Amino acid sequence: MTKESISAKGDLRLTRLSKSYGDFTAVDDLSLVIPEGSFFALLGPSGCGKTTTLRMIAGLEEPTVGSIHLGTTDITTTKPYQRPINTVFQNYALFPHLTIFENIAFGLRRRGIKDVDAAVSKVLDLVELPHLAARAIVNRPALLLLDEPLGALDLKLRRQMQIELKWIQKEVGLTFVHVTHDQEEAMTMADTIAVMNEGQIEQMGSPADLYDNPKTAFVANFLGQSNLIKGTISGNDGDSHIVDLFGQKISLQKNRSHANDQFIYAGIRPEKFRISRLGTPTSGNILTGGHIEDVSYIGVSTQYQVEMPWGQELMVFEQNDDGVAPFSKGEEVNISWEPIFTFGLRGDEDATAGSEVNPEELDEE
Amino acid sequence: MGKIRTPYLLLLPGFGFLFTFFILPIINLAQTSTQTPVGGGDTGQYEQTLRFSNYVDAFVENKEQFGRSFVYALIATLLALAIAYPLAYAIAFKGGKLKNFMLVLVIAPFFTSFLLRTVAWKQILGEEGFVVPTLRNLGIISDSTTLTSSAFAVVMGMTYNFLPFMTLPLYASIDRIDPRTLEASGDLYANGFTTFRRVTLPLSMPGVVAGTLLTFIPAAGDYVNAAILGSPNTKMIGNVIESRYFKIVDYPTAAALSFTLMAVILILVTVYVRKAGTEELV
Amino acid sequence: MSHKIKDATIPHIPTGARISRWIGRNLIRIYAVVAFTYLFIPVAYTFAFSFNDSGKSNLIWKGFTFDNWKNPCGAPEVCSALANSIKIGFLATLFSTILGTMIAFAIGRYSFKGRSTSNLMIFLPMATPEIVLGASLLSLFLVFKINPGFWPTVIAHVVFCISFVVVTVKARIASLDPRLEQAAMDLYANERETFRRVTLPLVAPGIAGAALLAFSLSFDDFIITNFNSGTLTTFPKFVYTSAARGIPAQANVIGSAMFFLALAIVITGQIVGRKRKVSA
Repeated sequence: MTKESISAKGDLRLTRLSKSYGDFTAVDDLSLVIPEGSFFALLGPSGCGKTTTLRMIAGLEEPTVGSIHLGTTDITTTKPYQRPINTVFQNYALFPHLTIFENIAFGLRRRGIKDVDAAVSKVLDLVELPHLAARAIVNRPALLLLDEPLGALDLKLRRQMQIELKWIQKEVGLTFVHVTHDQEEAMTMADTIAVMNEGQIEQMGSPADLYDNPKTAFVANFLGQSNLIKGTISGNDGDSHIVDLFGQKISLQKNRSHANDQFIYAGIRPEKFRISRLGTPTSGNILTGGHIEDVSYIGVSTQYQVEMPWGQELMVFEQNDDGVAPFSKGEEVNISWEPIFTFGLRGDEDATAGSEVNPEELDEE
Repeated sequence: MGKIRTPYLLLLPGFGFLFTFFILPIINLAQTSTQTPVGGGDTGQYEQTLRFSNYVDAFVENKEQFGRSFVYALIATLLALAIAYPLAYAIAFKGGKLKNFMLVLVIAPFFTSFLLRTVAWKQILGEEGFVVPTLRNLGIISDSTTLTSSAFAVVMGMTYNFLPFMTLPLYASIDRIDPRTLEASGDLYANGFTTFRRVTLPLSMPGVVAGTLLTFIPAAGDYVNAAILGSPNTKMIGNVIESRYFKIVDYPTAAALSFTLMAVILILVTVYVRKAGTEELV
Repeated sequence: MSHKIKDATIPHIPTGARISRWIGRNLIRIYAVVAFTYLFIPVAYTFAFSFNDSGKSNLIWKGFTFDNWKNPCGAPEVCSALANSIKIGFLATLFSTILGTMIAFAIGRYSFKGRSTSNLMIFLPMATPEIVLGASLLSLFLVFKINPGFWPTVIAHVVFCISFVVVTVKARIASLDPRLEQAAMDLYANERETFRRVTLPLVAPGIAGAALLAFSLSFDDFIITNFNSGTLTTFPKFVYTSAARGIPAQANVIGSAMFFLALAIVITGQIVGRKRKVSA
């Protein structure tokens, strides 16, 4: 093992990575490629293994099994200080005995960089809130890891910082790997999101992909909200399945179905639904026989709970933009949506997976 | 990898030292305690005869001093707890900006030698001090009553000398209490006393345990307060051990007494800690 | 600008009730003042009697003088006793701080087999009465025909100081955020540099506190010293032996001077600590 620092560049490849603590498996056979220059987010609830993954990349934990490559260089067992990788820690972990300047200069001095003053003032010009990421960015690492650095900020400041971080990433062109439990934060910043659950990646893709076409109930519920209705595939219509939902037929595009037999959950996002009074013309997929259980007016939209004949309550978000008088509690309504918005999940899944998680809870490592 | 060895390497010098100069002496003390004087030899010559009755003799001969040591130490500990608890509470909750300054005040008396302070008490409370004549003039004590050379003075001296040992751990655990828990208790219909009994006191138990141990242990083995502030009637076991070593030169009895003292204290401490339910001592 | 409420709107409270209410609200503060007074009575007495124009026995107030302060070594043996105490205190502090800090790092930073035994080993000397510690060491020295004196006293002091150093430094290590060291490693500092640039500076106040504690414990010790010092006189021993015939006022001078010196050190330490926090 060499003690010298490594100057590797390129994509980050995690190959069949596992980390166990006794009986507990934090990360379970995880393989992943993070392309150079991308803004990548590891998203998941606390205890899903995202922080452990990040710490293995940083070199703060050694994998039980598997390898980590940066470009063509194997860095699996190298020390944190040998890796061209820097971390923005939760709450920043600033050295309390050093000034802000010395904090930022710390890495430069360790590497014996000559013009510390210039480098520090340059990065301070770039970064608005100096303590945020300057200490890591000043080193121009091949990879910058962000361990929920915005967790302690209030909502407004957090949004501001998200935009700032995204801008910095573009500006300096580094690869960012961001760990968070906040799905909105991940979607705001990252090009690619990997949703993690129980040590494994549930699904990976662009924010829009994940939101529009989730492959598992966990992703459907953890990323935003979903209505999942139990049904069976009962027929064929060219590129679409005909799905029977408690006696009512709807259409689901075949390439948006992730079921492996005829038992299926049909998934629809709440804002894709439209509510209509009985007798009004509707198109697309239609479910009839609903009645309004609850109405919450929240400004940009109104949220309805609609009870269906089979007892399930569906969630509907209606934009307050169409001049239609809001529906009131007890009204009989139909629900409709464009067939292209339907997604299909395996019928043997737990329809509540990922919905019980409180996204605001912080990772307690 | 050297990683596994590192903690042992760090421990080695310190524990080597403690083994040589703490464990070995205790073992040696145990050996000495069952020795008897060599017949016809000089004083100070002993041989190992495994005479365990040394313990019985030592205890029977000095049971009065033993009893006194533990009673005095217990009273002093309770008094110190009674005095220190409100003080620690005041510093933790009412200290405000003066918190650190008040903590310095608690330890500051330490900076004057405790012997000087004990002698000062002797003189303040003595015949030539101003307390006794004042009390006599006020008729609170009779002309024949004295404050020094009494059990009162010894216990008072011990209480005084170990007060900071009691205050600091109490402060540390009271300071950790979130004041909101006290407000919550009040909000949930507990009056001041109930809040103290049901919330403050249980939460400060680690400090109470640490403080009472740090006071009781040295108090039980102390002989300085008894020597300076007491009389022959207030002799504690420490005084006996001291004189067995230095005046009578009877090492086996002194060792047996020391060992008994240590054993009794360790047993009391173990029982007490179990009862109090706090295992984290250090 | 504050709006003044008309006097008429303030309910009139009788003076007596107001005073008792003030006492009720400030009872605990009043108590603190009383308790501190109690703690400082003998210190004040010692200080006051350092100015006593007493001659040999410093029992009764005979008049004010600066002579004792001008000539602190005036009484026989007092300064040699002080010098011995300082020398012993310095050496005991040095050794116990080094050994104790190493133990504290081992226990505080590593999990290893025998960690709980190590904790017990640290607790035992603190749970042992001083007289037993002193007596047992003396017995050992006698077995090996080592005469009590300077070095046996230093050794004895190290024995009881180590535990206090370990506990103090360990507490500081435990309060350290592990992410700070990880951050240093992340920023290209290897193990040695991380220790030197981050761990050690952050633990340093704990070590300094432990050293101060060790010195004051050593300097003030009488019981263990009495057993192991033989004919060597330390400052507490000097006070003890002269207590019967009256302590010279010079001892009060030295005691008071030590008090103010230590107070100055502690307060300076606190001010420096606070300044550092502000500048960071």
